[in-house]
Amino acid sequence: MANEVCFRTLSLEDPTSLSTYESIGGYSTWKSIIKGELTAINIVEELKKSCLRGRGGAGFPTGLKWSFLNKDIPGQKYVVCNSDEGEPGTCKDRDIMRYNPHQVIEGLAIAGFAMGADTGYNYLRGEYIEPFSVMEHALGEAYSAGLLGKGVMGSSITFNLYNHLGAGSYICGEETALLNSLEGGRGLPRFKPPFPANFGLYGKPTTVNNTESFASVPVILEKGAKWFLELGTDNSGGTKIFSVSGHVMKPGNFEVGLGIPFADLLSMAGGLATDRTLKAVIPGGSSMKILAGEIMMQVNMDYDSLRNAGSSLGSGAVIIMDDTTCMVSVLLRLAEFYHDESCGQCSPCREGTGWLVKILNRIIKGQGKKGDLDTLVNIANNIEGRTICAFGEAVAWPIQSFIDNFHDEFAFFVKEGHSMIIN
Amino acid sequence: MIKKQKKYVLPENLQNKIDENLKKYPSDHRQSAILYALRLTQNDNGGWIREQHMRAVADYLKIDYIAVYEVATFYSMLKLKPVGKSLVSVCDNISCKLKGADNLLSFIEEYLQIKTGETTSDGLITLERAECLGACVNAPSMIVNDEYQENLTKDKVQQILDNLSNGDNH
Repeated sequence: MANEVCFRTLSLEDPTSLSTYESIGGYSTWKSIIKGELTAINIVEELKKSCLRGRGGAGFPTGLKWSFLNKDIPGQKYVVCNSDEGEPGTCKDRDIMRYNPHQVIEGLAIAGFAMGADTGYNYLRGEYIEPFSVMEHALGEAYSAGLLGKGVMGSSITFNLYNHLGAGSYICGEETALLNSLEGGRGLPRFKPPFPANFGLYGKPTTVNNTESFASVPVILEKGAKWFLELGTDNSGGTKIFSVSGHVMKPGNFEVGLGIPFADLLSMAGGLATDRTLKAVIPGGSSMKILAGEIMMQVNMDYDSLRNAGSSLGSGAVIIMDDTTCMVSVLLRLAEFYHDESCGQCSPCREGTGWLVKILNRIIKGQGKKGDLDTLVNIANNIEGRTICAFGEAVAWPIQSFIDNFHDEFAFFVKEGHSMIIN
Repeated sequence: MIKKQKKYVLPENLQNKIDENLKKYPSDHRQSAILYALRLTQNDNGGWIREQHMRAVADYLKIDYIAVYEVATFYSMLKLKPVGKSLVSVCDNISCKLKGADNLLSFIEEYLQIKTGETTSDGLITLERAECLGACVNAPSMIVNDEYQENLTKDKVQQILDNLSNGDNH
């Protein structure tokens, strides 16, 4: 089975409309809350039991995160949806918003209730003008139907939700950078602590979750934690949307149970072209470590299996590379990306990413020097762990893992001045 | 004598739209509307922002000019240099690269007779390289005047470029 959670409207006619969403049980959890049938404690406990983990990349348990924001503490609080999808290879939140916007809205409304926040923001990356329009239309429908606003359906519950469009910046996907951006500043990550649960948007307690995480919540509460958990594996409950891209015949977003063998996912995406072999896979977005094809063929797609294999599930972006791929040129492109997107606050990242690009460019031009590979790894090692946010690791891991897994190929390029891959 | 430029003030229709946008945020956090205001002003002024526009946005939001300048210089979709009538942003990040984006970009450069980052001599098209657009399963992809174009082939791209050269923006 596929598409049972965030994509459950996908096969229906007019998947984005309120009536379609309601026809499959949408807003039933929200209505139970309004009727007083569900408490904040029920919700958080159910989420904990479901083992839902953050779908943006970090994999932090959502129920635990929600328990940090106490509903009963007075004062303004916020819930924020991170739809600043920018991790190379990742394009799932775009489709959730384009095809099932109401589920994102309901997820945020439930979160607002569970944590005592009467206001939510959905921060979309600046390029997502189409998903923004779909979300705006759905919000309009929800307000007209009396599902949002002040004193929803005569209850004492108030929830207002707003969509907010960015303007082009990968780092705004880092939650504290996102909050600064939402406040109208540069997207610069903040020092933590204080964490957003204590000092978030406008200095108020705030919870930030990924779009897919929020969109999973209504279904979990409708069908129960057990149902959701059993779609996946013990420590990786539920489903995940995998964006399978690169050298496959039918790239696509596939929402499947966590723990699916990678080989099955590869088949769903149409497999490789005839006569091609699997060289490598980045299993969780460009910031996660690359794994050799033969290792991937033995791995299941869940948090623990991928960690044991030496990488991470990340955002669920599965980037497939066949034997025609030149690892040196791919790594250069990734290094350029991180150099472009470094916010510039921390010297190791700001300067280091530039050095990485310079050296990789030299190698690509056939002017690599002996010792360049060691220097690249050394720079990466010195960025890792020395920055305010996890961007440092996001730069370091591809550099380290590409060179580690494909050392001979990099060494060949440095020595011979050209790629060992002949296309 | 240098004629002093008339001070740019945000036109009323833009002011109204910004007022509407400001309702989303607490009244003491007008700065939250900055990206919206800058993008609106940019679209209203040929696709790029001059100093006078930043000053006008600062005045309207009641914040310092430097705060607007900081933001305008940070986000890639805010343009501080002239752009052509159409903006073509081609992704060549990993998923698109694996699907032939490098060849596509070279083809576009050749077809338009410009390098990436430049504008055609008739001022119609600016070509830029984009970072991952989040359309990876439909690679290669690009954005043309805010609209996604996906599953690109040379033929498809050529047709889009021809339309732009004929003055059709969509």
